[in-house]
Amino acid sequence: MAVGLTLIFGVMRVVNFAHGDMMVWGMYLAFVLATHAGLDPYLSFVACAAILFGLGLVVQRGLVDRIVEAPHEMQILLLLGVALVLENVALLVFGPEPARVRSPLARLTWELGPLYVDVARLVTFGVAIVLTLALSLLLFRTEHGRLIRASADNPYGALVIGADVRRIYAVAFGIGAACVGAAGALVSPILPFSPSTGLSLSVTSFNIVIIGGMGSLVGAFIGGLLVSVAESLGAVFLKPSLKELFSFSLLIAILLFRPAGLFGKRS
Amino acid sequence: VRATATILALAVLVALPAVLSGYAVTIFILIFFYAALAQAWNIVGGYAGQLSAGHAAFVGIGGYTAVLLFERGVTPWIGMFVGATLAAGLGAMVGYLGFRFGLRGFYFVLLTVAFAEICRILASNIEAVGGAVGLYVTFTGDPRQFQFRDPRVYYYIALALMLGATGVAALLERRRLGIYLTAIREDEMACEALGVDTFKYKMLAMVVSSFLTGLAGTFYAFQTFSLQPSAVFGIPLSVEIIIRPIIGGAGTLLGPLLGSFILTPLAELSRHYFGQSGLHGAHLIVYGLLLVAVVLFLPQGAYPFLRRLLTRERA
Repeated sequence: MAVGLTLIFGVMRVVNFAHGDMMVWGMYLAFVLATHAGLDPYLSFVACAAILFGLGLVVQRGLVDRIVEAPHEMQILLLLGVALVLENVALLVFGPEPARVRSPLARLTWELGPLYVDVARLVTFGVAIVLTLALSLLLFRTEHGRLIRASADNPYGALVIGADVRRIYAVAFGIGAACVGAAGALVSPILPFSPSTGLSLSVTSFNIVIIGGMGSLVGAFIGGLLVSVAESLGAVFLKPSLKELFSFSLLIAILLFRPAGLFGKRS
Repeated sequence: VRATATILALAVLVALPAVLSGYAVTIFILIFFYAALAQAWNIVGGYAGQLSAGHAAFVGIGGYTAVLLFERGVTPWIGMFVGATLAAGLGAMVGYLGFRFGLRGFYFVLLTVAFAEICRILASNIEAVGGAVGLYVTFTGDPRQFQFRDPRVYYYIALALMLGATGVAALLERRRLGIYLTAIREDEMACEALGVDTFKYKMLAMVVSSFLTGLAGTFYAFQTFSLQPSAVFGIPLSVEIIIRPIIGGAGTLLGPLLGSFILTPLAELSRHYFGQSGLHGAHLIVYGLLLVAVVLFLPQGAYPFLRRLLTRERA
């Protein structure tokens, strides 16, 4: 999930406040596909990713594109607006009750020696790794990825060498949204969700991205691990409800002392 | 002309409760309350351009302090200033960290959100301050305890809060400080190059803003008689605080008030009508759409747009 945000931010220096809500839409799509078409979320995540790709493309082309030049604050506010709309349309359509997607996989566990491993979590983790790797390959090994990175480093330079920067932005935003959609579908059997989950998801993913480093895919991945470890440790040693305290404290420390994040480049 | 218009508007607002129904009075109380918050935010977020997304924390600190002191026998009339001072203290801390370490834009937003969230988590986990349930004020109806049987008293207090915050903002706007703040928003580097102590002025704006927000927090506590951590420290309240000045026109004196006069009744009415039919959140969709529209088409906000429209007609 954070990988998607990193891509969007890394490429366009746009902060997607609607991130968590897009993820919730990914979850609800998986939910709808599972209940009406009987599709298992571990298959339908591809469809969810595709649909969210479209949504991302539309948001970028129709809205963000008009104000890429505007100060950061305006983009934050714009996407905050999009987030409010997405969250509350979900609320109108699906209601406030928490939902959960059933999948036969989610109930399986493997016994590995003394450890019990949740198959569902393992699959999610695996897909996350594959996605991160695939994105890295796309960014660093293909012509398109090279253009994406070029537009991120220097939009005018990229324009000069003939790249269609606007199209690249749209695709990057779309890919970012697709990652979120896939992530949403994948965790939908593990994590009960409701429309209001989006906000906390957004906040968590900002934590992860800031801690890992803006614009770094590896950083996003490791940041994700760090935040979950910090929160689990916090939950073990203190009260579970205090666990977020750790990630926020970590966030403040990183913001102050290493604003580029652990793996980010200094700008 | 401006002076007469101001006096006329004030006279109307003072006289209004005499003709309004109970429900309308409630809506006006909310309009003034949110306008006061919006104006307080405007000082740091509008004039100085430091986008704080954690202003709910100051509402919470102000409210919690006054209620806790009230439970120990201190009247909220004093408690509100203690609360506001503590809120200003937190504002100074957040501001110091943010401005000293040079966090701008999105990073400053995150810092303020993180502080507000930490306040929320602490408040909901410390049993001494009510934990997740929050605090309740026992009703006494005693004016000396900031409690009134007549809702119109709340109307006038909320009006005073709004006017007070606006007065402070007007004072800042006229002085050199206001010019410095606007200059910081427009081009901080140039400002520093000219020898302006940007840190000092940003701090000042932050402290004044959080103090005023803290005052409003006490009002909230004693008007609703309850404080829940997620309601007063949560991100949704911060969003409510930000959205009014942005839509009305951040960095203008009347923008935040206009924003509240547009959005608060809209929110209340849609909550009232849609909420009954089980369609919650409809007003937030409207917020979202308005926000998108304003950012795209009226980035300065509605007030400067209206003013231009009016002056053009007169010319």
